Amino acid sequence: MDTVIGYFSSLSLVGLLNRLPAGVSQGLIWGIMALGVYITFRILDVADLSVDGTFSTGGAVTVILIIGGTPPAIAVVAAFLCGLIAGTVTGLLHTRLGIPAILAGILTQYGLYSINLAIMGFKANTAVNADKYSLVVSGRNVTLAIITGFIFCTFVISILYWFFGTERGMSIRSTGCNPSMSKAQGININLNKVIGLALSNGLVALSGSLFAQYSGFADVNSGRGAIVIGLAAVIIGEVIGDAILGKRMNFALRMVFIVIGAIIYYMVYTLVLWLKMDSNMMKLFTAIIVAVSLAVPYLKETRKNSFHKAGKQSEGGNNDA
Amino acid sequence: MLDLINVSKTFNEGTINEKKALTGLNLHIEEGEFVTVIGGNGAGKSTMLNAIAGVWPVDTGTITIDGTDVTGIPDYKRAALIGRVFQDPMTGTASALGIDENLALAGRRGKSRRLKWGISSKQREEYRNRLAELNLGLEDRLTAKVGILSGGQRQALTLLMATLQKPKLLLLDEHTAALDPKTAATVLDTTEKIVNKDHLTTLMITHNMHDAIVHGNRLIMMNNGKIILDIKGEAKKKLTVKDLLGEFEKASGEEFTSDKAILG
Repeated sequence: MDTVIGYFSSLSLVGLLNRLPAGVSQGLIWGIMALGVYITFRILDVADLSVDGTFSTGGAVTVILIIGGTPPAIAVVAAFLCGLIAGTVTGLLHTRLGIPAILAGILTQYGLYSINLAIMGFKANTAVNADKYSLVVSGRNVTLAIITGFIFCTFVISILYWFFGTERGMSIRSTGCNPSMSKAQGININLNKVIGLALSNGLVALSGSLFAQYSGFADVNSGRGAIVIGLAAVIIGEVIGDAILGKRMNFALRMVFIVIGAIIYYMVYTLVLWLKMDSNMMKLFTAIIVAVSLAVPYLKETRKNSFHKAGKQSEGGNNDA
Repeated sequence: MLDLINVSKTFNEGTINEKKALTGLNLHIEEGEFVTVIGGNGAGKSTMLNAIAGVWPVDTGTITIDGTDVTGIPDYKRAALIGRVFQDPMTGTASALGIDENLALAGRRGKSRRLKWGISSKQREEYRNRLAELNLGLEDRLTAKVGILSGGQRQALTLLMATLQKPKLLLLDEHTAALDPKTAATVLDTTEKIVNKDHLTTLMITHNMHDAIVHGNRLIMMNNGKIILDIKGEAKKKLTVKDLLGEFEKASGEEFTSDKAILG
């Protein structure tokens, strides 16, 4: 009993409130990564696992460039470009060499581990000092980090909204939705898949770049499980968005809710840490959230349309007769 | 307009499932001809359409559309010349996109996909007018997702998409077979209207001998990957289902086996 009381009295509400803004800023940064996952998972209908590698690539490239004297803003752009290249590799493995998309992503991710280490001179992590360099974003000033994160998210959502409304972007959406129709309408679906994967990984690397600056170091393991966090953000955002907006949901708002999903994820994460749970358990916790969220629509459908239900109503019919 | 010269295609060559789907097929179609295609199951009807559309490369032979040798060109590039409607209403449209977006995608068939906003208000107006011609009320639901439309509505929309830009060749692969009889009749009427209006060169596969006789101005019958009967002009107008069955037995030396083709 004493331990229970001791546990609760050790939790300080002020402490939680102090930590929440940091959760928001991290959520905004990871929100960009979630938008990348959304492009592949929902628009292209491909589960792309390269993102675990490209997230770290974004961080590694950024930190090494900044230490080498490159202006941080340019380092962010460079990280985005490296992500584009990594995504293109996955895309080509899939479309040119016929490797299933999920496996192509795993191969890229696996290979990137060595590349990321090589970028950082075969060290598992590299620090970048926020005092020495004027970083784009830093965890030392959380308010500023939230503003910067907000600006980046707004910019990315605007660009994506525009891009997927163009002739090319629209054809990428149809490629993911119906490849046969797309080919019949003269759309090069292989090219579109590569473009989609490249864009997605570019955004993930951009997110990784901001995250490395935010945390003050690049880590070769920072992207581990990124795909699951991205999926969690997409699913949390969609569920909440659909619940609030229903039929008024559109493409732009969906992306906004995905970023909100990422923020909520990091708020929960902050809460879990505040409750003094082992943060290593967070991965299990996240996996369960994603598994449940993916299962719910399926289970709803099977409940509506099940043999069990058919059997029951049939018995009911006999009783009536 | 369309020439198939000695076209052959064998699936699963050298295996126990080997199927000689097309065996030295020759066909010449004039501009503006509306050809109906009949034949039993496995006769090679769909294979012929897929060969023309470029779903896969043929083993031998040459395919020419409007003077262009397309034999070495994949389907998405041939799409510049060809409009297609499939048997399954789900295949021809993208369900997660709006009616207007599907039409806009079709409007760029054979053109480059630019970084330009996909639909202009002028195009929307044009789509509205074209949809109104279908008499399905779709013109008032321009931004509705195609996924909520019925099979018949989706087939009519696919037909409009296939002909939004006048194709050199329209390929209809049993496009009414998955619809109920009443909807099938409506979609066939729409087909007839659209084909006649633009004088489209058309190949239409059907399992229904009556439809094959009533529609179009030329009829071909296929068996074992070849054309075994080719009737056009006045002779076609006088055809009856009974004639066709007789012709089939005469030409192929066997009885017409598919009940579906007879009873439709």
